[in-house]
Amino acid sequence: MAADSSKIAAPSADKRWRLVDNVMRRHGYRADGLIESLHAVQESFGYLDDVSLRFVAASLRLPPSKVYGVATFYHFFTLKPQGEHTCVVCLGTACYIKGAQKILDRIEQDYGIKPGETTPDNKLSVLTARCIGSCGLAPAVVIDGTMSGKLTADETAEHICRCVGA
Amino acid sequence: MSTAIITFIIDGRDVSAREGQTILDVARENDIPIPTLCSLQGLHPVGACRVCLVEIKNTPKLLPACVTRPSEGMEVITDSERLRQYRKTITEMLFSERNHVCAVCVSNGHCELQSMAENLGVTHVRVPYLYPRLPVDATHARFTVDHNRCILCSRCVRVCDEVEGAHTWDMQGRGVDCRVITDLKQPWGTSESCTSCGKCVHVCPTGALTEKGKAVAEMVKRTQFLPYLKTMRESWS
Amino acid sequence: MIPDELKAITDAETEASAKVRCRLNVCMAAGCQSCHGDKVLKALQAEVASRKLEGVEVRGVGCLGLCAEGPLVLVDPEHVLYQRVQAEDAADIVAALGGKPVKRLVCSLETPFFKRQKFIVLENSGKINPERLEDYVAHRGYEALATCLTERQPPEVVAEVLASGLRGRGGAGFPTGLKWQMVAKAAGPKKYIICNGDEGDPGAFMDRSVLESDPHRVLEGMALAGYAVGADHGYVYVRAEYPLAVKRLNNAIKQAQKAGLLGPSICDTAFTFNVEVRLGAGAFVCGEETALIASVEGRRGQPRPRPPFPAEAGLWGCPTLINNVETFANIPPIMREGGKWFAGIGTEKSKGTKVFALAGRVCNTGLIEVPMGITLREIIFDIGGGIPEGRKFKAVQTGGPSGGCIPEQFLDMPVDYDSLAKVGSIMGSGGMIVMDESSCMVDVAKFFMEFCRTESCGKCVPCRVGTAQMHNLLSSICAGTATMDDLALLERLCDTVKFTSLCGLGQSSPNPVLTTLRYFRHEYLAHITDKRCPAGVCNIHSLAEVHA
Repeated sequence: MAADSSKIAAPSADKRWRLVDNVMRRHGYRADGLIESLHAVQESFGYLDDVSLRFVAASLRLPPSKVYGVATFYHFFTLKPQGEHTCVVCLGTACYIKGAQKILDRIEQDYGIKPGETTPDNKLSVLTARCIGSCGLAPAVVIDGTMSGKLTADETAEHICRCVGA
Repeated sequence: MSTAIITFIIDGRDVSAREGQTILDVARENDIPIPTLCSLQGLHPVGACRVCLVEIKNTPKLLPACVTRPSEGMEVITDSERLRQYRKTITEMLFSERNHVCAVCVSNGHCELQSMAENLGVTHVRVPYLYPRLPVDATHARFTVDHNRCILCSRCVRVCDEVEGAHTWDMQGRGVDCRVITDLKQPWGTSESCTSCGKCVHVCPTGALTEKGKAVAEMVKRTQFLPYLKTMRESWS
Repeated sequence: MIPDELKAITDAETEASAKVRCRLNVCMAAGCQSCHGDKVLKALQAEVASRKLEGVEVRGVGCLGLCAEGPLVLVDPEHVLYQRVQAEDAADIVAALGGKPVKRLVCSLETPFFKRQKFIVLENSGKINPERLEDYVAHRGYEALATCLTERQPPEVVAEVLASGLRGRGGAGFPTGLKWQMVAKAAGPKKYIICNGDEGDPGAFMDRSVLESDPHRVLEGMALAGYAVGADHGYVYVRAEYPLAVKRLNNAIKQAQKAGLLGPSICDTAFTFNVEVRLGAGAFVCGEETALIASVEGRRGQPRPRPPFPAEAGLWGCPTLINNVETFANIPPIMREGGKWFAGIGTEKSKGTKVFALAGRVCNTGLIEVPMGITLREIIFDIGGGIPEGRKFKAVQTGGPSGGCIPEQFLDMPVDYDSLAKVGSIMGSGGMIVMDESSCMVDVAKFFMEFCRTESCGKCVPCRVGTAQMHNLLSSICAGTATMDDLALLERLCDTVKFTSLCGLGQSSPNPVLTTLRYFRHEYLAHITDKRCPAGVCNIHSLAEVHA
């Protein structure tokens, strides 16, 4: 039970804060809604920054360090903004056995970025996933939210090229 | 309220425990030494450093003495060649993880990691050093945090949360990338929640958290305040 | 009375399906969707509409199993399976209805891949539309729940699970009935049920498939557990990486609530049971039960020492029953058919079936369900169709990062909890990755150690530092720069980490190294002494090159 029940004002007039607040309210502004709340922030804004972390911390009556600790513990959350397009390369065992590393090497060769990095023009971010559960279609990549399987490094490169529109 | 007494055996000696006591509590009462690092009287035990592991007869697993409660007739072994080897390897792992250079450390001579290594006979570290590049934060007016000397025991996090109630400290990241942080990983000096009480500094087992102005080997930690403070706070609430 | 209502739904469904002359079942699980199964569904619907065909139903169903050949379409009542269907094939498929099947797309259902399986958990997978409660009910769904609530006492439910001999499908294989009994006996007004859907093993997708193909089954299993142990609230913890599973699960919860199968006074009894979904956020360690509890409570997913076990003190300190998705999915058929029936399947100590995600260097990758006790050879060579391109089998990895690599000499070993443990691996949650001669076993060990290093929560020293150190050592072996002293150190670290780590993740993290050292030591030695990678995977600069 929070001693102070006054509501924390959103950091700005941006309507997306309402979505975040809805999720926190649905969990009764309780501490156990923290991870769900961070999911809501990331879904709305694409990443977690200090402003949003402070807002969530204040709303749920949690110490900022605790919120930061949780946000950095779970690898699904990112504290950096992503590029316009994202390419997630699955690094599950099946994908690894079937050459996911070659896809990453190819991306690095073409765009000069390693997993977790974004191109300087902010066009493309490359990320890795710990198995997206599509092992039957290994190696799997998710480009801008759409999954494709059984791709060679060349085919992936082509695919990315089309999406980024370079 | 009836308090059940449990009798069991530590290293061949008959000992007795009151309800709620851990193997470590009973061993301490009977002057049986068990090395510890993350455990500190007055703070919730977490069983994380694993140097207080003991053998229990007829149990295949080694159990941490700091959190394990004895049961009637249990036979505990606190010292064996196997345990000594494990404790040594764990200590070496801790030395290899960060940049512990005792000779230039303000806590030299008053460091729990250092004295444990001495007691265990660790003469050299057989695992390769990881040499991470870590910062020193001296932005606080009175204290300094040197991540190179931190062993991630979480005592500072616990004392700040459980006793001071500020919860300035927490842990960020995971695995070898873990690091203690203040507020939103901001410089300690800019923390809004820190009360500058200094408890974290005094419970820190190494030279990671220190008072400013101390020269090599001058930083002596005092943790006697803790059990008393804990009892007082509990009796209020 | 709810049982009557269930019957009414079943009757209505039977009546409706009597009008259906022909059914086109399009696989809508994540695998087939990612190769444009959704477009196939739309194209088929459009085709049927444009021909104004009566009595032809096109619908999305759960996983049809053979993910490698997707998108899959199953035509009933002819029982013809089409593989690699594209939207352009819709016209041909619809035109062929009632006549000769489209030959170029037919996938034989007479192959061992389909014939050798036994379906309990996946009995509805590919047969029902996972987004319709009525479909599940028409396949005897919620029958077990309604019967138990109205006719049987909670201890009888626990006894039935005990009699079935079911063991936890999440990895360790703890007897499910005993766990239920512990929670049922635990004191406390409030108890919780948690369904562990944090399928973090890289190379495993059983839970994802079950949740996507038959979500109501899991909810029914949880509700039965709630009734049996006296809990009124349940959480399903699902990976955020499975958006389709989350969507279908949320949809199923809403439907069940509306139908009075979840919520207050279920089946007009005093039993109340609510279910909430909690999203994981990318942490393998949260598969460990105490870490999972921390995560549901909104904290860092770090395990704590046990005892106390969650059955005594779990979520918010209350007695908590945690079972894996597949375990819960086994409950409705057990209650329906009886524990004895279930105990008649499988081996003496491992009852029932197991769902495996068969992947890697094997022809038929996909989701399979087999009776316990089947041999690895039958799985890989009969069901799996062997190794593609005529290559040679080298090892099969079970149990993910906590398991081990099993070499050829054990191919005729029965697959059960104890046999797998005997050779140094574990059943795990059911990932099964086949490797051929193109895989370097040191590299594979390094891959898993890299996984453990990044997934270590960092709480205890041996796992936090040990996995990093072991990974460094494996990297230098792969690079050809390691010495025999390094190998000795690696073995010492394996031993320390295995016996001193706090939780299962740390304790089992050396397993991939230990099993490869046991069965493929010569590959380690080739890297260290001959500076050579036998599989040609590792990039070793030979001495000659270095000196040149």
